[in-house]
Amino acid sequence: MVRSSTISTDAIWEILEQVTDPEVPVLTITDLGIVRDVKINDDEVEVVITPTYTGCPAMDMIAMNIRLALIENGYSKIKITSVLSPAWTTDWMSEDGKRKLLEYGIAPPHLLSTDPSTIEIQCPQCMSSNTKCISEFGSTACKALYQCNDCKEPFDYFKCH
Amino acid sequence: MNQTLIDYTLHLADNALIIAQRNAELCAHSPILEQDIAITNITLDLIGQSRNFYQYSAVLKADGSTEDSLAYLRDVRAFKNCLITEIPNGDWGQTILRQYFFSSFQFLLFQQLQHSKDEQLAAIATKSLKEITYHVRWSSEWVIRLGDGTEESRNRMIKAIDALWTYTGEFFIPVEYETKTALEGFGVDVTTLKKEWEEKVKAVFEEATLAFPEKSFYQTGGKTGVHTEQLGFILSDLQFLQRAYPGAEW
Repeated sequence: MVRSSTISTDAIWEILEQVTDPEVPVLTITDLGIVRDVKINDDEVEVVITPTYTGCPAMDMIAMNIRLALIENGYSKIKITSVLSPAWTTDWMSEDGKRKLLEYGIAPPHLLSTDPSTIEIQCPQCMSSNTKCISEFGSTACKALYQCNDCKEPFDYFKCH
Repeated sequence: MNQTLIDYTLHLADNALIIAQRNAELCAHSPILEQDIAITNITLDLIGQSRNFYQYSAVLKADGSTEDSLAYLRDVRAFKNCLITEIPNGDWGQTILRQYFFSSFQFLLFQQLQHSKDEQLAAIATKSLKEITYHVRWSSEWVIRLGDGTEESRNRMIKAIDALWTYTGEFFIPVEYETKTALEGFGVDVTTLKKEWEEKVKAVFEEATLAFPEKSFYQTGGKTGVHTEQLGFILSDLQFLQRAYPGAEW
């Protein structure tokens, strides 16, 4: 049991950095930018999260995993609040998160401000920019399906959102 | 309690839920795998939007309603969705065209709703708009591909336009809760969206080499609960589990 006087938001952030996304387990929820705020209300820990996509089925599981991680670390009074505004964007993904995605085999999202005519989606296998979109929609709401014209490998692209 | 705002929020929720339920019928039944994934991803986005609107309706009602009770325990006459959302899938051409008409309308509607005086409606609209942009792009590409495709695909698109056009007018013919919420600054005056919607559709039809129907009689009623015979069948499927096993959970 952790006493209220000893709760620090830094400690909570450290725990949240260990919680991974169930659909893309290489990313943590802090890499994704889902956690918007951590508040301590007396002896209660409040974690404010925002959904990636409105219908993302991973969100319920993420909320449960946050709760479990905090319980495991001795916190018992936990409140998870979901906010819609400002709307989540892939621009909130950390550079570390983007690197991990690429290593995992998923092409990371570009910044929203990138001029669309200059965007090159790189193949995460051979790094060729000679790739084509197979489908605007991929295995999860956040991804599109691409294929590399050089090494022929199909791959997921984490859509700019 | 603002009944007008509740009705308006339920209307937005029902629109998204009913077209999502129609699209979901195609899960594992679409022509090819990639498009099966696409239509079900769109379905997921729409269910997510409907959940946000239902959750907010439940908060406004403050009578013990939940997102689940609003989706699963209301009967046909209480649903306020536009008729076009309940029209059967037909062939792929009709499914695509229905989605295109609906998404193009939703896009213009939510662009305005982003500026609603109601913070929650504005937040849901802003969030959803990002997803709807994809839906419009994907469905318009299909309208063009099929319209300007083979003789067979072109004829099917012409049939789809014939089947659906009469239901498109309802988007822009406001009912009382729309007029009132628009006046109060919570909702959107849908009459102002018609011209831009038609221009967008015209441009896509032109690229698809499809004729734009100039005149039509428009069916209405859905927004006030007067539906086609289709909605009862949709609800009997959608609500079966909660009606047969009240309170059942995963």
